Amino acid sequence: MKFGKMKSHRRNRLLLVLLAIAGTGTAVGLVLMALNKNINLFYAPAEIVAGNAPVGETIRAGGMVVNGSVKRGKDLDVSFVISDLKSSEVTVRYSGILPDLFREGQGVIARGVLRDDGVFVADEVLAKHDEKYMPPEVADVLADAHKDKPQAGKTL
Amino acid sequence: MWNWFHRLGSPRTFFEISGRLLPWFQAGSVLLLVVGAVWGLAFAPPDYQQGNSARIMYVHVPSSILAQSSYMMMAVAGAVHLIWRIKLADVALQCAAPIGASLTFLALVTGSIWGRPTWGTWWEWDARMTSTLVLLFLFLGIIALRSAMEGREGAGRATAVLAVVGVVNLPIIKYSVDWWNSLHQTSSFSFTEKPAMPAEMWLPLLVMVIAYYLFFFTAWMMRMRAEILVRERRTEWVKQLVSA
Repeated sequence: MKFGKMKSHRRNRLLLVLLAIAGTGTAVGLVLMALNKNINLFYAPAEIVAGNAPVGETIRAGGMVVNGSVKRGKDLDVSFVISDLKSSEVTVRYSGILPDLFREGQGVIARGVLRDDGVFVADEVLAKHDEKYMPPEVADVLADAHKDKPQAGKTL
Repeated sequence: MWNWFHRLGSPRTFFEISGRLLPWFQAGSVLLLVVGAVWGLAFAPPDYQQGNSARIMYVHVPSSILAQSSYMMMAVAGAVHLIWRIKLADVALQCAAPIGASLTFLALVTGSIWGRPTWGTWWEWDARMTSTLVLLFLFLGIIALRSAMEGREGAGRATAVLAVVGVVNLPIIKYSVDWWNSLHQTSSFSFTEKPAMPAEMWLPLLVMVIAYYLFFFTAWMMRMRAEILVRERRTEWVKQLVSA
């Protein structure tokens, strides 16, 4: 596009269009920055451990289900630990049907209330899945290759 | 180059060129849609976690890509209309909106159907889903604004401004999964890294994406040709064409 050759009124209109986009972009950007906390769908374990999540209010907590942490109680009671794969861990209690994709080593998002003692009592558990796809045979081969390691994805 | 630009901007030239291209786009989109759908739904392997329900991505991913991409093309048409006052760009904008709205709707519906068995919910006010819903409202707003305003000139310019300004939503959709915690997973594809799925999965997906592009261009051209005939109905060449 030869900018210099454009007629002046067209160049003005082009600048006006660019200005409109830049202006709206700035406005929307500022709004999103102001609303940043509300747009995040869930609190990470680190935020909950650090005491940045409100206690006694309905919130969402998200993390990876720690391997070997799922304990079934009577009926549909279940408890498990979610972590950020670093140091922060939060115990979640739930009574109900878990989604099909719920498994150890996978990401979950739980909606519920954080108690004073740091236990998260969930009334809904959603399963996250990562962006990796592979055929079952490949996953089996990978699992055989390093049996001691979890086969599931690591991203949350 | 400007000469060519303005010549293509003439409705009559566009009508003639698109008439020659249309059969190829039609044939190509039907062929690739059939090949991609059969490949993806019947022959591609299931996912190790999600099983067969992951196959809905062969519809969900291309419709989501086209929803955003069609908005971008429509906004470019809007900018061209605002800057150069080319009437054909106005036709392009008007005709792209309903197709884009349908594709966005399809992306939302297939995402919802996919979300229920995998995540455990039909809908969540997640950044990716909410921004895609905003995209649908932008498309619907453009359609509504055009039909609400009298006078083609004013309506054309108003919708063009709305379309251009709405472009701000596109990077939000794209980066929503990176900027915020969300239920939707991050992208499986990027220009810098290998795809996060094997070729036997991304190849049919690629076929479907190309098929959707061809389908979009087919539908867009057909709508534009019909709109041109309506708008130019008093010109000699349309009268001759119709009477012939």
